[in-house]
Amino acid sequence: MPVATLARSVLLEARRGGLPWLAAAVLAVGLGGAAFLSQVALTDTAALQLAVLAALLRACAVFLIAAQVTGATLREIQDKGLELMLSLPLSRTTHYLGRLAGFAACAAILAAVFCAVLLFWAAPLPAILWGVSLALEGALVAAAALFFAMTLPSLVSAIAATVGLYLLARAMPAIQAMAAAPLPEEGWGGWLARHAVDAIAFLLPRLDVATRTEWLVYGTSAAEVAAAVGGMVFYIVLLAAAGLVDFHRRNL
Amino acid sequence: MTRAAPGWLWWLMGASLAAQIGWHARLGTPRPAGEELPPAPRAAALRLASFGEAPAASRLSMLYLQAFDLRTLDYARLAAWLRALLELDPRGPYPLFTAARVYAEIPDAARSRVMLEFVHEQFLLDPNRRWPWLAHAALLAKHRLHDLPLARRYAAAIDRHTTAPDVPLWARQMEIFIVEDMNELEAARIMLGGLLASGRITDPAEIAFLKQRLEELGQRR
Repeated sequence: MPVATLARSVLLEARRGGLPWLAAAVLAVGLGGAAFLSQVALTDTAALQLAVLAALLRACAVFLIAAQVTGATLREIQDKGLELMLSLPLSRTTHYLGRLAGFAACAAILAAVFCAVLLFWAAPLPAILWGVSLALEGALVAAAALFFAMTLPSLVSAIAATVGLYLLARAMPAIQAMAAAPLPEEGWGGWLARHAVDAIAFLLPRLDVATRTEWLVYGTSAAEVAAAVGGMVFYIVLLAAAGLVDFHRRNL
Repeated sequence: MTRAAPGWLWWLMGASLAAQIGWHARLGTPRPAGEELPPAPRAAALRLASFGEAPAASRLSMLYLQAFDLRTLDYARLAAWLRALLELDPRGPYPLFTAARVYAEIPDAARSRVMLEFVHEQFLLDPNRRWPWLAHAALLAKHRLHDLPLARRYAAAIDRHTTAPDVPLWARQMEIFIVEDMNELEAARIMLGGLLASGRITDPAEIAFLKQRLEELGQRR
């Protein structure tokens, strides 16, 4: 099956490129930080370690996936490897989805490893749900990074666009909450800004409800996780469709 | 085969490393102790700065607050910080634990009262979760501030506002503790024993901290 073959080649490239070593380094730093925190906390030690470690692992997983996808994709474009691949009797859709499946598999493996480490502190079910959500969040970031790497000309701009989209999505609820409390005498400019923020929010994934540290520390419900996971699945499909449209229109 | 780097580059690297360490040592270790606690940020700003990682941000901010010198700390600002951190993560126990067990236990009665009132104010927002800290506040009001009416007000608040079935009977009858002629050590022992037996305290660091406080109390008497 061509998609599976392409996905396997992406995974092989990630392994050879040192992604497992980077993940191991992240874990070493995170566990070292958790050990340090246990020495300075007066109470709530396990929750403190869990919250900080989970936040760090989530951020690092997202950054590693974004860097891996943009780096690998742009290297292939610049080395003319993509042109070579497209000369094979495979459709562009197969090429694109094969690569995306490979990067999503990278995200799933990374999420599984990070989730396994958190099982030392968290209850099994919330940790597994957190891991599933992180795998999907990683796949979403991979889809965004693949889209930007295919459309933007340089590594820096592709990573900046991916990280920018991700951080904006994470921060948007706080920005909306701030915008929802206008000054006593709000002018038309303020009104416009408030509604512009709300309009932008509609175009972003609700990452604030996904992979929440609260799930690990205080537990969660199936409905909460389902809402987060459903939203991410829709957005992954949207990004994949947008990437496919661009890739089909591309002249090589 | 790996090429050898010129010798002068090794010297330059060693010298610049020594200069970095020397420069760092000259500047000294940065410590917030002695510095003034800055005004508290809004919970929304903290949420934005942490990209929604509220539990981690709240707990790390508590470690930041812990580093300030208690003797010079501005308690109005401290209460504002603790309020913001509780708003950020309402289920986190750290802010109320330190408010009741650390910041309220200072020999300055006026500042201690600020913290006790803060504990009472926050207790009212979530009585079934936050009663253990108000119970401790009641003991402090009686034995440290010698303010029996205040202690009875806190004890009565626990009885009036807690509704959860897991709130133990001794906590609901806290007022008896307060009115009875019981010394601080006895009362603290009963309370700690009750909290440990109910499984409310499981954190090893917290148990060690509370036991140390009990020993200190025993030695003072």
